[in-house]
Amino acid sequence: MFPASDVPTQPLEELIPAAQLSPQAPSLPELSEPDVIRHFVNLSTLNMSVDTHFYPLGSCTMKYNPKRHERLARLPGIADLHPYQSEHDSQGMLQILFELQQMLGEISGLPAVSLQPAAGAQGEFTALLVAAAYFREKGEERTRVLFPASAHGTNPASAALAGFECVQLKVSKTGLVDLGELKTQLDERTAVFMITNPNTLGLFETQIIAIAQMLHDVGGLVYVDGANMNAILGITRPGDFGGDMMHFNVHKTFTGPHGAGGPGAGPVAVRDFLADYLPGPIVARDLAPAGQPTFRLTIPARSIGRMRTFFGNVGILLRGYMYIRTLGPAGLKAVSTNAVLNANYLMEKLKDVLPVPHGKRCMHEFVASACALQNDRGISAMDIAKRLLDYGFHAPTVYFPLVVPEAMMIEPTETESKETLDAFAEAIHRIVAEDPEFLHRAPHSTAVSRPDDVQAARKPILKWEPATS
Amino acid sequence: MTYLFNTPDQEREMLRTIGARSSEDLFEQIPSASRLDRPLDLAPPLGEMELERELRALASRNSGSGSRACFMGGGVYDHFIPAAVDEVAGRGEFYTAYTPYQAEASQGSLQAFFEFQSLICRLTGMDVCNASLYEGGTAVSEAAFMAMRVTDRHEKVVVLGSVHPEYRQVLRTYLSNLKCDLVVIPTPAGTADPEQVRAALDDKTACLIFQHPNFFGCLEDPDELTKLARSVGALSIVSFDPISLGLLRRPGDYGADVAVAEGQSLGIPMQYGGPFLGLFTCRNEFLRKMPGRLVGRTTDRLGRSCYTLTIQAREQHIRREKATSNICTNQGLLALRATVYLSLVGCHGLREVAELCCRKAHYAAERLSAVAGLSRAFADRPFFKEFVLSCASNDVEPVLACARHAGFDLGPSLSRFAQVGDGALQNGILVAVTEQRTRQEIDALAAALANERFALAGRPAAAGRQEPSASR
Repeated sequence: MFPASDVPTQPLEELIPAAQLSPQAPSLPELSEPDVIRHFVNLSTLNMSVDTHFYPLGSCTMKYNPKRHERLARLPGIADLHPYQSEHDSQGMLQILFELQQMLGEISGLPAVSLQPAAGAQGEFTALLVAAAYFREKGEERTRVLFPASAHGTNPASAALAGFECVQLKVSKTGLVDLGELKTQLDERTAVFMITNPNTLGLFETQIIAIAQMLHDVGGLVYVDGANMNAILGITRPGDFGGDMMHFNVHKTFTGPHGAGGPGAGPVAVRDFLADYLPGPIVARDLAPAGQPTFRLTIPARSIGRMRTFFGNVGILLRGYMYIRTLGPAGLKAVSTNAVLNANYLMEKLKDVLPVPHGKRCMHEFVASACALQNDRGISAMDIAKRLLDYGFHAPTVYFPLVVPEAMMIEPTETESKETLDAFAEAIHRIVAEDPEFLHRAPHSTAVSRPDDVQAARKPILKWEPATS
Repeated sequence: MTYLFNTPDQEREMLRTIGARSSEDLFEQIPSASRLDRPLDLAPPLGEMELERELRALASRNSGSGSRACFMGGGVYDHFIPAAVDEVAGRGEFYTAYTPYQAEASQGSLQAFFEFQSLICRLTGMDVCNASLYEGGTAVSEAAFMAMRVTDRHEKVVVLGSVHPEYRQVLRTYLSNLKCDLVVIPTPAGTADPEQVRAALDDKTACLIFQHPNFFGCLEDPDELTKLARSVGALSIVSFDPISLGLLRRPGDYGADVAVAEGQSLGIPMQYGGPFLGLFTCRNEFLRKMPGRLVGRTTDRLGRSCYTLTIQAREQHIRREKATSNICTNQGLLALRATVYLSLVGCHGLREVAELCCRKAHYAAERLSAVAGLSRAFADRPFFKEFVLSCASNDVEPVLACARHAGFDLGPSLSRFAQVGDGALQNGILVAVTEQRTRQEIDALAAALANERFALAGRPAAAGRQEPSASR
């Protein structure tokens, strides 16, 4: 399939020692292009996606992915730009990335931004290492990272990876951080309090300013997990409610497509006094007295180092940039307003069958509980989730956060219409009236139903192998 | 607004249902003291046409491989990407889905990832492959962390200086708040000195990390290195180039415990450094200590064969601080691209790509090192598709500029990594040759540099720093 070599062809053994050469070609399948296309196109039809279905997967912000981004990300000079191209020959790219740093600084109220982290979890890890370097330099031995029980699993996992001791706090009856509990755990060993705001129950932490003050009083830092930024764009900023560091999920809030699991991008934003510790490279701008400014890569003075190779997940960052440029300040605020409106509307439409244990109003998502249905009729959150697939809706996130039994975490996003929300609510109402036995076997219309996860984990088959005769 | 649906009438109706007077009411949870009382200070919105115009203007200020022939390397390569890769990855059913938590709604992604795991295992000869990590550098770090768990040795990690400097920087960052020494073995000869490696390893060492072909393009002695690691009970971790496995023996063949890679070569555009694809494979016995997602085959309630995420008890959403990694979002779409790429090229195609790279790189090395003042560094070491072109230190910039002027991009210059240290010479330039480069391009590059060398030879050293165009 490739042209013959146009350079002198001597035996390979003269180029590579025979001992290093593989005796045979790699054992990959041989397929024709039509075979490959038909195979993968048919596979694609077995997926639900934002392009094909309502996808209210809580915490993941499955909003519409604009098609203009896909076309522009493939432009020559963008898609084919080598990461080691000289700064002189990358000025357009560096300008985009510089402007994105500025935009994220403005949106977060935390002015210093590094675009390095590849995803939200890496953003968390980055910020914790920034905190560790900051305290090390101050000569303070702070070993503990605190987080509420409602936190994403990545929070404790990142803290452990960064070498911190994890301290999990109970959540109060209202679903918010329990200030009393926080107070008893806070001391001079505390490095960072990680808080998701709005939190994973879809509630704004109303005491956030007091919480930040408590942390600052003992010399600790407040980390804001930005997973739920879609609720507060242009309305409030982590920097304004006491956060010292945060990460963005560009693939969520700023609609980099989720790519069947990734890629993401998890830029971090921090206060000025932490800027020197950020991972690099970061783009700096040199203003010229006359003519165009120029852009160059820099490494902060006390940088924790690199989090990954090259600049970052540029393809996703670029889509975030295009999204922010498309919407502008009023558009971003309208995104959050509509995301919160859609979530509250859907919560209201569902609360008779799926009550929400925490809060009368929600932000961009809400966590309902199927507990009563489970107790009365034996219908679980999983049953409803699976049956929704038959009705043509992707399932919400289920069984998270852990603080709500039979949790269904529903995030409609702003890019869904009232009609879609009404249809979804109607489907749920019909489902909960169905025969529980029928629901336990759902879904009924998909290619497969209820894979045996126990068997999968006990006797793992993780690759194709030729049948043995 | 561009991507919003509800009309003002619908909005009012929805607010009525909620029992709110205005959408402002919905934000009453947010204390007024922390409310933003002004619009965000961002540029005004752009329509699709205006956005496209601006992006095109910005893109035109970058020189991609479409504007100059790309001989650049250092971990990212200008390999050919078949159109069918873009076509499949461009399907909304794939790229607008997320992690396949609901198996019934995600059999397409799950089967594709299962095929990815299968193909990468066959390519590498390793037992087990996960469904992707972020990129090549973090894959090395995740491997080191797994080695620490497996060996229960948490004090020392050994890495060769011939491993990509940025991989080593990432590793240093990842270990920065742990009490673990990172020992770097210098490689001034371009590849590892087995005696020095032996001396650095001991019974506290969790792993030995090497790259093969290494950062300078040279081939290491992988059998020797894995044997040395094994002799002290450390894991051997190799970072490989997937394209090289069209020709070279596989990590599984030379006994690597863990084999990781940057998968960019497998159908992923260079896009200024990412998103790329971290490949992670290892021996079966480490399965339950692996980072990242795994897709397994099982049967459904009607006995039908199907796929699902599995062995999730390792992962952060279940194990939280006890998880084997904090990774959640991975690089699914890039794993899909690699799967389609490998399916399209197949065993013969991959062999062809590898052979073409290897032959053309050797031709280029011969032609370029014949230019007066230029030579191939580590000339006695075999290499695959990339090599270091060595010149007098104040000639690095003129050589790069001359190549640029003639329509070719070389690099990176090794001086770019000066602050990382422990590597080798600073006055070198990496040159990578993919299957896309032609003899004509290689000849033209050599001719341009030869002319430049001729011009340089007659000038005092300081003049060598000028733009070559100024001297013509």
